[in-house]
Parts: sequence; C-alpha cells; structure tokens
Amino acid sequence: MKFLLIGECREGKLLEYSYELFGFASQAGAETAMLLVGEEGTLPGYGGTVYLADAGKYGEYNPDLHKRLVQAVVERERPDYVVFMHTSYGWDLAPRVAALLKAPQVSEVVALAEGGGFERPCLSQKMRQVVKPQGTPVVLTLQGGAFPALVPGGTPQVQPVDAAGEGKVEFLGYEAAARKGVDLTKAEVIVSVGRGVGKKENIPVIAELARVLGGEVGASRPVVDSGWMDAGNQVGVTGQTVSPKLYVACGISGAIQHLAGMKKSGFIVAINKDKDAPIAGVADVLVVADVMQFVPALTAKLVK
Amino acid sequence: MKILVCIKQVPDMESRFKPDASGVWFAETDLAFRVNEYDEYAVEQAVLLKEQLGGEPEVTVLSVGADRVVEAIKKGLSMGGDRGVHVQDAAAHLKDSWQVASIIAAYAVGEGFDLILTGLQSQDRGSAQVGVTIAELLDYACATTAVGFEYADGTVTVKRELEGGVKGTVRLKTPAVVTCQLGLNQPRYPTLPNIMKAKKKEVRVIPVAELLHQEQRVAPVEFRAPARKGSAVVLEGELADQVDRLIGILKDKTAVLR
Ligand SMILES: Cc1cc2nc3c(=O)[nH]c(=O)nc-3n(C[C@H](O)[C@H](O)[C@H](O)COP(=O)(O)OP(=O)(O)OC[C@H]3O[C@@H](n4cnc5c(N)ncnc54)[C@H](O)[C@@H]3O)c2cc1C
Ligand SMILES: Nc1ncnc2c1ncn2[C@@H]1O[C@H](COP(=O)(O)O)[C@@H](O)[C@H]1O
Repeated sequence: MKFLLIGECREGKLLEYSYELFGFASQAGAETAMLLVGEEGTLPGYGGTVYLADAGKYGEYNPDLHKRLVQAVVERERPDYVVFMHTSYGWDLAPRVAALLKAPQVSEVVALAEGGGFERPCLSQKMRQVVKPQGTPVVLTLQGGAFPALVPGGTPQVQPVDAAGEGKVEFLGYEAAARKGVDLTKAEVIVSVGRGVGKKENIPVIAELARVLGGEVGASRPVVDSGWMDAGNQVGVTGQTVSPKLYVACGISGAIQHLAGMKKSGFIVAINKDKDAPIAGVADVLVVADVMQFVPALTAKLVK
Repeated sequence: MKILVCIKQVPDMESRFKPDASGVWFAETDLAFRVNEYDEYAVEQAVLLKEQLGGEPEVTVLSVGADRVVEAIKKGLSMGGDRGVHVQDAAAHLKDSWQVASIIAAYAVGEGFDLILTGLQSQDRGSAQVGVTIAELLDYACATTAVGFEYADGTVTVKRELEGGVKGTVRLKTPAVVTCQLGLNQPRYPTLPNIMKAKKKEVRVIPVAELLHQEQRVAPVEFRAPARKGSAVVLEGELADQVDRLIGILKDKTAVLR
C-alpha cells in the first residue's frame, strides 16, 4: 500500500503538523512519498522521496495549480491514498484533487477502521461515523492531533515536479494574527465563557467566578463572533493555546477546535447541561447543571 | 447579478443522537432542526451584497433534503433571499458529499450564477467538500474559509482564515464559489414582516431524480457514539451538593483552592 502525503509550507517554513502524516502512514504500515510546494530549506527530516515544487513559482497557496502538481505526482507514484491534513490548506485542496482524479474523499479521519474503512467525527464531534471509500486512489484529510507526529529521519531524495496552467485564485498576502488583549498563556486559572452562558449580560457572573479564583476569563469562538467578548480572549486553534492549572469551561460543548487550545490544562472542570457534550472527553470533572444557576452558587460558596 | 446560497438543514447539536434503522445515520425522531450555522453566514453575505448593490442581485436559496428543509429555505427567504429551490430528496442523508455537490451543480449549470455561497462545512456531516466540489464541477474560481468578503466589479476579495489566527487574502473573479466561516458577519434575525413576506416567495420543487446522475463514492457503514476516552467524575443531582462536591475535589486535586 502506498500513501502520497501532502506536506504544507507557510511563509517559507514546513508546518509541524505535516509530520502527523508520517504518523498516520506508519500506523497503516504504508510506503510513502511526499509532495511539498516549498523550497530546499523546507524539506522534512525524512529519507524517502520528496517531490518538490518551487513555492517561488507556484505560490504557497494556489489551489488550481497545486491540484495539477498533485495530479502529476499521482501519475508517477500511483498511490492508493493521497493524504492531506484537515486544515485550511487541506480542506481547500483535497476536494479539488478528488474531483480531478474522480476519486472518493473522506474528510477529517480520526482512526482506521476494520476492513478498509475510516472513522470520522460527525454531528459536531458528538458522534462517529465509519465510511468506506470505493475505488482508488482515495483522498483523505486527517484531523489534527488524531495521529502522532512522527519524524522519520534521514535526508530526502528530491524530485522536482512541475505543472502548467493558470490559477483562478490570486494570493495577495498574509496577515499576522492580532495579538492584543489578555495574555491567557500565563494565567494559572481560566474560566471560559461558551455559548451555553446564553447572553452577553450573563458574562459578569462568569467573570466574578474568575475573579474569586484569581484567574482570567477566556471564551469560545461563538462568544467572540457574536461580539460578547474580545477576540483576544478566544481559546482554541484560531485563538490562544493555554495550559493553566485549572480550566473551567462554562457552557462549552468541546469542539475539537476549542479542545486544541485547552486540553493540556492541569485540571479541567466543565459545566454543561448536556452529559454527552464532547467536553466530557477531556474534563476531569463534569458538572451536569445549568451554568447560570451553578456558577453563582459556586462563587457564593467560595466567597464564604 | 445572480447569487445562489446553498443551505443545509441540520439537527440541533444539543440533541441526543441514536442510530436509525439503517444503522449508518441518526434517527430523526424527537429532533429539532435548524439552518446549518455556517450557512447562515452565507445567506447574510448574499443579502449584504444585494443591499450593497442597491437590490439588483437576485438571491436564490437552495436546499437538498426531505420536506422538512422547506423550513430552512423559508428562514433564508425571511433573511432576504428572493426565491427558494427545494431539491426534494427524502434520502439525502444517504448520498455522499460528491453526490450532493453533483446534484447542486446539475441544477446550477444552466442558471448562470455569478456567485455561489456555501458554508465551510455542515455541522452534521462536516465534510467541508460540497462547496469546493460544486466549484470544480462548474469550473468556477473558489475560495474557502472566508472571514472577510468584499465585492466590486466582478472581483471578489476574500480574507481566508488560516491556522493560529493568521489570515490570507485572495482575489478571484466571478463566477466564483466562496465558502463561509464562522464570524464572517452577524447573521440577522428575520423580522416578523419579513417572515410574512417570505411565506409568499416562490419555492420551486425539483425531484432529486432529475438532478442526480452520479454514483456514490463513499459508503457509510456505521454510526455510533465515540469511545469514551475521558474519565471525568460526573456530578449530577442537587445544586448545593454539586457545589460542595466540586469544591472538595478542587481542594483535593488542585493547588488553586486552599
Ligand atoms: C476552522 C475552525 C476554527 C475554529 N476555531 C475555534 C477556536 O479557536 N475556538 C473555539 O472555541 N471554537 C473554534 N471553532 C468553532 C468550533 O467548531 C465550535 O463551533 C465552538 O467551539 C463552539 O462553541 P461553544 O462550545 O461555546 O458553543 P456550542 O457548541 O453551541 O455549545 C454550547 C454548549 O453549552 C451547553 N449549554 C447550553 N445551555 C446551557 C446552560 N444553560 N447551562 C449549561 N450548559 C449549557 C450546550 O449543552 C452545549 O454543549 C472553529 C471552527 C472552525 C471550523
Ligand atoms: N443537502 C444540502 N443542501 C444544500 N446545501 C448543502 C447540502 N449539504 C451541504 N450543503 C452546502 O455545502 C456546505 C458544506 O457541506 P459539507 O460538505 O457537508 O460539510 C454546507 O455548509 C452547505 O452550504
């Protein structure tokens, strides 16, 4: 079985999570080759074949050309699977490659299942689905963190790869992350507000618990998107990554993108009315309650 | 200008899910349905663009699914869509993302839409494939994960959200597909008069058989709850008791309370 792994470069660097592709391939016991649109300096620590397309020529983001580059390598390598990470690059490019190759695509794979199936999350990660792609090659995207990062080691045999054509999407440039607001990375206690808190007017109640515990207030993304709190308070893949001694999640369901930002916390308390909320998977304590009843009661007891 | 917005109706994510008779998807009994969160941003963006262009663009709201999805289409119309298209398919949940995209593309191919807006992903299936695949099938330009959207003279400028808060700006010419990420705008709440008006707007019904010409490429074989990884202590019962037990645990297990 052969996997073609699609690495990712951004701003002249190989993105670390590209190594999760090797972790997945090794779990599956597959032979590998990698395609990278990058530069000599972005090569992975890997002794196999790396097809390198010049990022200077093709751009780090140019999906219409990148899909042709993938196609060119697929024609040479004849892989059984073409594997991407499920990232802004992967979920953008993978369906284009699948359409071009007339290949089945499975998104956000979290595990290999028996008999050639793949396990993936559904219903906001509350449930799991096993699906079986029909025909080869198969295009896959992997959920970040689902497979261990693995640096195979060695020096790659570099093969240049080229493709012709024009891209329909013109890349204009990157914009750095806004770094303003509170630095949650140094907080020992974080009490985070999720959508389950109900409305903006309820936030002071949560903030009061944070104050009593000597901590900072964090937020899930919808709370920021709705303008209840500043973007600087957001925890998660597109916010801050935190690891306080105590993290209290108030009305937060526990989507993978939120968990990515807080699952390394020392001790996690979740307050949620839904016992099956995915946050239970990382929590040390799950309080099944209405957050707006439980939090004031807790604060009152702590003050006493 | 013609704009198409693709919306999916999904169950309320706070529900409990059980397998249906097929064993490969969830049973619908006792579930409440709503518009996929990501798609509300798509509808709002279409309506904002219509307003920006003085009401000229025509906004079509399309959904593929069972009869219940008409509710979702009505919501889109009450937010400002002009006309609805219901691709009637009681077995839509058994189609794969490729087939759903082909169905929508088969409808759109003759319509000459300048702009197609979809969500980044559906909350129930979450494949993040349908929008991009429609673009490939129609040979449209496509940008995904939009958190910023500007339009002028046939050019769309999209701010894409990348990992770690970094953004990438891209420019594409219509006809184009843009997939919308959370936080792109503030979806409006339909007002009562607009809800009333929406009731009178046309919803065209197309049986799926007229648009489905593709075989499934990915078959669903199982549906279940994830294996419980965590070992959370679950505190249920009376509030005062829950408070005391939590404080006890925090004193025991963390250095935060003394
Ligand atoms: C590319 C991408 C990046 C993302 N980045 C991030 C990120 O950085 N950070 C982030 O947080 N999200 C991010 N998201 C969004 C993420 O997928 C979820 O949509 C989001 O985390 C959900 O926030 P939530 O848990 O507050 O809301 P919901 O998922 O709506 O959950 C609300 C929870 O509150 C509970 N609840 C409701 N009422 C009550 C009550 N009265 N008492 C107690 N509990 C109650 C419910 O049971 C539910 O579990 C991203 C998504 C994508 C696609
Ligand atoms: N049944 C459907 N009807 C209309 N639009 C859909 C349907 N399924 C998916 N879409 C659109 O495609 C997007 C991505 O869905 P998915 O590929 O399932 O994650 C959604 O946000 C919708 O805009």
